Amino acid sequence: MLKKTPLYESHKALGAKMVPFAGWEMPLQYTSIVDEHVKVRQSAGIFDVSHMRAVDVEGTNATAFLRILLANDIIKLTKDGMALYSCMLNEQGYILDDLIAYRISENSYRIVINAATTDKDLDWMHTQAIAYEVRINPRYDLAMIAIQGPQAIEKLSAVLSPDIFSKITKLNYFSAYSDENFFIARTGYTGESGVELLLANEQAAAFWQQLIEHGFYPIGLGARDTLRLEAGLNLYGQDMDETVTPLTSNLAWTVDLKDSNRLFIGRSALLRQKEAGLTQKLVGVLLKEKGVLRPHMHVYADKDAKQQIGVLTSGSFSPTLSKGIGFAQLESWDMPYCWIEIRGKCLEAQIVKLPFVKAGKANIDL
Amino acid sequence: MSDIPKNLKYTSSHEWAMQSNSTEIIIGVTDHAQELLGDIVFIELPEVGRILKKGQEFGVIESVKAASDLYAPISGEVLAVNESLSSKPELVNQSAYQDGWMLKIKPSNLSELSELLDAQTYHDNVEAAVKE
Repeated sequence: MLKKTPLYESHKALGAKMVPFAGWEMPLQYTSIVDEHVKVRQSAGIFDVSHMRAVDVEGTNATAFLRILLANDIIKLTKDGMALYSCMLNEQGYILDDLIAYRISENSYRIVINAATTDKDLDWMHTQAIAYEVRINPRYDLAMIAIQGPQAIEKLSAVLSPDIFSKITKLNYFSAYSDENFFIARTGYTGESGVELLLANEQAAAFWQQLIEHGFYPIGLGARDTLRLEAGLNLYGQDMDETVTPLTSNLAWTVDLKDSNRLFIGRSALLRQKEAGLTQKLVGVLLKEKGVLRPHMHVYADKDAKQQIGVLTSGSFSPTLSKGIGFAQLESWDMPYCWIEIRGKCLEAQIVKLPFVKAGKANIDL
Repeated sequence: MSDIPKNLKYTSSHEWAMQSNSTEIIIGVTDHAQELLGDIVFIELPEVGRILKKGQEFGVIESVKAASDLYAPISGEVLAVNESLSSKPELVNQSAYQDGWMLKIKPSNLSELSELLDAQTYHDNVEAAVKE
C-alpha cells in the first residue's frame, strides 16, 4: 500500500505520471523529464519532497548525542539556523544514510533524512539515544517543498510576505529561517540557488497552488535525478549504502576527524581504512560518444574488456551537456579515462572532477 | 489514447510500417512507444545498405528512463536512414509518424506486410496492455 503526500491530488490535477518510490506514490514527470530539467536550470521549479522526513532531536544532551551519531561535527553549527551535510555511520564505518542537520537552538536540532531509510534511521537513532535522554520526534505533520532555479528566490518575493522574503534574501547558503508557519533553508539537491521549505501538511496544497500560480514549474523525480547527477550529488541506496564508507564514496569531505576526543560511531573503522590505504573511489564519468549511461554498467581499463576496474553506481543523460554522464566506483585506477561496456561494446569515457554542471553551465571541458 | 493511423501496419513491439511504393517501405516507432519511453535522447540506426531480416534487431532507442531494441517489421535492404534523428532524437517524441521516421527499406518479400497487425488490432493490444 503506497503512501501519499499532502500534494498527491495536486500532482494528479497537473496530469503527473505517478510512480512508486521508497513506498510513496510520487510524480515522475508532469510534461517531460528534459523539459522539467531545463526549467530548473533556466527558471524556477518546485518539487514535492514530503516523502523525506524531518526529525527533531531535543534535550540537554542533544549536542553531545549528535556529536557521536554523525560523522560530521555538529559543534560547527555555532549559530541558530546553521546547517551541515553529514553521513550517519554504523560501527564498521559503513553509511546508514546521508542527511542535513540544522541547528534550531542550542539544544534543539532538525535532521532531514531520506524516505527509503526513514524507519531504519529512526530505529538506529532510538537505540543510540538510550544513554543520552534526548527526545527524537519524527515530524510526520510536516510537508516539504524544494524551490530551485536561478529565478527561484526572485519569484518567491511574490509569494512570501515582504518581511519573510527579506529574511530569506539575507540567509547564507546552508542556513535556515524559522517561524510558526515555515521553516525555510538555503539548501537543495540541484546545484541551483533556492530553498527547501517545510510547512504543516494542511497548508501544503494551498501553498503549492500559489507557487504554480506565480510561475513556478512543477518538477518530478525524473528531472530531480538528472539534476542531482549533473550537480555531482550522491543518491543514498545507489551511490552509497551499507557496504561502503564515506572515504570511498566521494564524501571524505563530510567526515570531520579534527577533534580526536570526538569518538563518533564509525570513527575507528574509518581511521583503520585510511591507514590500510584507500584504493577505491567514486568518480564522475562522461561518455565521449553519443549514448546514455546507466547504473550497473561495467567499467574497464581497456577497450577489449579484459580488465574490469569497477561499475557505474549512477548513470543517465545530461540535458545540459547532451551527453551520457554517471558516477563510477573504481578500484586502483588513476588514469583520466576508462571504458564502459554498453550492450556488449566498450565505449570510451572521460573521468571528470565533479560537478558536471555549475551555475547552469558545463563545468568540464567537452 | 495515442495516435494510431489507420493506413499503417504495426508490430507488437510498437514499430509501424508504411508502403510508400512497390519498392519502398518506411519504418518508425509508434506514438504509444514514444509515450512509454519518455524523452528520447539517442537512437542507434543501421547503415544504408544493411540487409535486415524480419524480426531482426536493427537498432536501439534510448530515453532518459530506458533503452529499447528496435525490430525490423519486414525483410529488406536499408535504402535510407533519417539523419536528422542523430542531432534531434526528440523528433520521434514530437512526430512519430512523420518527421520521426527511421528507415526506408527495399522489401525483399512484400507478403510479409500482410503478416503485420492492422491499426485496430494494434489498438486493441495497446488498450489491453494499458489496463494491466
